[in-house]
Amino acid sequence: MIAFPDPRLARAALLGALLALSFAVRADDLQDASKLLRAGQHQQALERVNKILSAKPKDPQARFLKGLIYAEQGNTKDATEIFLGLTKDYPDLPEPYNNLAVIYASQGQYDKARGALEQSIRTHPSYATAYENLGDVYAKLASQAYDKALQIDSANAGAKNKLALVRDLVGGPAGTQVAAAPAAAATPAPVPVPAPAPAATPAPTVKEPAKAPVVAAVEPAKPSPAPAEKPAPTKAGGGDVVDTVRAWAKAWAAKDVDGYLAFYAKDFQTPGGESRADWEKGRRQRISAPKSITVTVDAPKVSLTGDSQARVTFRQGYSSDVIKAANTTKTLLLTKVDGRWLIQQERVGN
Amino acid sequence: MIPLPSALRLAAAALAFFFAAATAQAAGPEKQLSGVLEAIEANNLDLATQRVEALIAAHPNFRLAHLIRGDLLLARARPLETFGNVPKTVPREKVEDLRAEALLRLRALRDRPNADQVPRYVLQLTAEQKHALVVDSRRSRLYLFENVAGRAQYVADYYVTLGKNGVEKTREGDQKTPIGVYHVTANLPRQKLTDFYGAGAYPINYPNAWDKHMGRNGHGIWLHGTPSDTYSRPPRASDGCIVLANADLEAVGRTVQIGLTPVIIADEIDWVDAATLEEERKGLAQAFESWRADWESRDTGRYLRHYAAKFNSDDQDDLATWSERKRKVNAGKSWIKVATSRVSMLQYPRERFVVVSFDQDYRSSNLSNMMRKRQYWIQDGGAWRILYEGSE
Repeated sequence: MIAFPDPRLARAALLGALLALSFAVRADDLQDASKLLRAGQHQQALERVNKILSAKPKDPQARFLKGLIYAEQGNTKDATEIFLGLTKDYPDLPEPYNNLAVIYASQGQYDKARGALEQSIRTHPSYATAYENLGDVYAKLASQAYDKALQIDSANAGAKNKLALVRDLVGGPAGTQVAAAPAAAATPAPVPVPAPAPAATPAPTVKEPAKAPVVAAVEPAKPSPAPAEKPAPTKAGGGDVVDTVRAWAKAWAAKDVDGYLAFYAKDFQTPGGESRADWEKGRRQRISAPKSITVTVDAPKVSLTGDSQARVTFRQGYSSDVIKAANTTKTLLLTKVDGRWLIQQERVGN
Repeated sequence: MIPLPSALRLAAAALAFFFAAATAQAAGPEKQLSGVLEAIEANNLDLATQRVEALIAAHPNFRLAHLIRGDLLLARARPLETFGNVPKTVPREKVEDLRAEALLRLRALRDRPNADQVPRYVLQLTAEQKHALVVDSRRSRLYLFENVAGRAQYVADYYVTLGKNGVEKTREGDQKTPIGVYHVTANLPRQKLTDFYGAGAYPINYPNAWDKHMGRNGHGIWLHGTPSDTYSRPPRASDGCIVLANADLEAVGRTVQIGLTPVIIADEIDWVDAATLEEERKGLAQAFESWRADWESRDTGRYLRHYAAKFNSDDQDDLATWSERKRKVNAGKSWIKVATSRVSMLQYPRERFVVVSFDQDYRSSNLSNMMRKRQYWIQDGGAWRILYEGSE
């Protein structure tokens, strides 16, 4: 049986709703199957997925879900086969590699797990779950090496179950879209629309009176450490948008979590569709954990839609004392609230 | 390839700092180990991992290599705190043993013997003594020398395990390795031994005459190999024996001559310039020749000048008794001829004397004999004198 991820690693597993995001036609079926799986009704979930697959045998979302169902049922053989198939058909997707690795690790095949996770990271250098899993695999391999060095057997069963099975085919930490890179043969998927948030999403308009401090609106519980830059009056040509992005990167790099979170709009769409609190908790942990972080913003391109909507795309460099990720393209959608640009969406890619 | 996380660089720096620079002149697995460390120092952890894995493939029971591999893997998961970053739950002494072995091996890789220097113990070897073994206890190292025209010339050196309680054995069961000048007395092949002794064993003659004179006891000090489950043992782990990796024992074994090969065990080898040692050897050789000639002269007074005030013979004669006896014996002779051959001169570690062993061919008007003799020579009042004399 594949153990369910430990909570630290499970962030990516909270993305249930997103399964439906780009294939509207079968969204309901997939969503239902996903719900059934989460409810532990594996057989029903499997029936639903098989129904989708009978119509679209190559569908990656459905295959991925089927793999998950098998994995959770403990049918590692079939799960492995499905995830392996997905890595062949969609070599650019990190998730199937990750889940393959989780299965390998659960079987004590840490070298194979390592190989799969390295593939996963090769496709998505900023894929945090794979990094964390890889870290655990390395630690496990190290422990095996130490056992040999010390001629002891410290194998403890618990350690085998640490890795996080990714439950959704979504991509890297900032929500890389699955449809972004299907392999040649596959039907080109529609361009991903930013995920519609789950039902509970707050209304996009900020209702606070104009003079209410923005930070408070974002996170009332936190003291407001007022990010360095002033609520810029207006700069022509999106210059103030770039200033905001740089200030955001600066707060991130300074590990000023409160300052960093204050750049996100109240209606920010969390990349995994998780609750704002969960997302913040995750970010807080990720930003606090490393001893040092460097974030760079290169070649920002801003396009403004109206006075209060902006879209900025740039090359983001991220490294910490733990991870050095390759540069990624990042897109932020910002909205102006009370004279300040705040992030509504954040994603990897254009 | 995956970008090298900066954590690895930190770890690499930590490992490199721990190991310091090791040069690559050693042989076999230590050369490979050195290659691993060079890769770590060059911050190329992929290469280091590749090399340590090759080392493990060649020597699957090399525990130290597994420890370094563990560190290289763990460094990818999180920054290392120390060399041998094993879980805190592991008994400390287990990993300390390996750390100690690492340090000693790496120090040996770094501090190569200087080509102009020799251990001061080996002043002269006989022509049949093809090799000499010298153990540096502090470095856990056995140095193999070849006899080139009577002088020691460095050939190779090997990591060794010594007694749990260190050196200077005095008592049965004290788990210490003796300090002194010994020789190999036998060859016990693998077939006659349990797995514990690995590739074979070479007993040495502890306790020797000096040890017995000093009241030391105990027995069964051997050079031997390692059991099949480990490539090497920690630096201090034996009951007094000198333990080598099996391949090393075999290499050393090929040079060993039973009854001939000296095994000198020192605290820390005293390396001296070959030229200085040659001067010392010449001085002693002159004194030795002068002693022989003065004996032939039947001038007992001149002959007795070569004996130290604290002299003892193996018959427990002190200088006075010895002098009286020699005067009596020499008085009855009309001629004496003394020839010496197969002379070896070995400085005894920790002691001031040099062990001179030789064949003595003694002929005189009323008595002749041949024997192998041993003398201890010391520098006494600016001259070499004999402290002890007896048959070997």
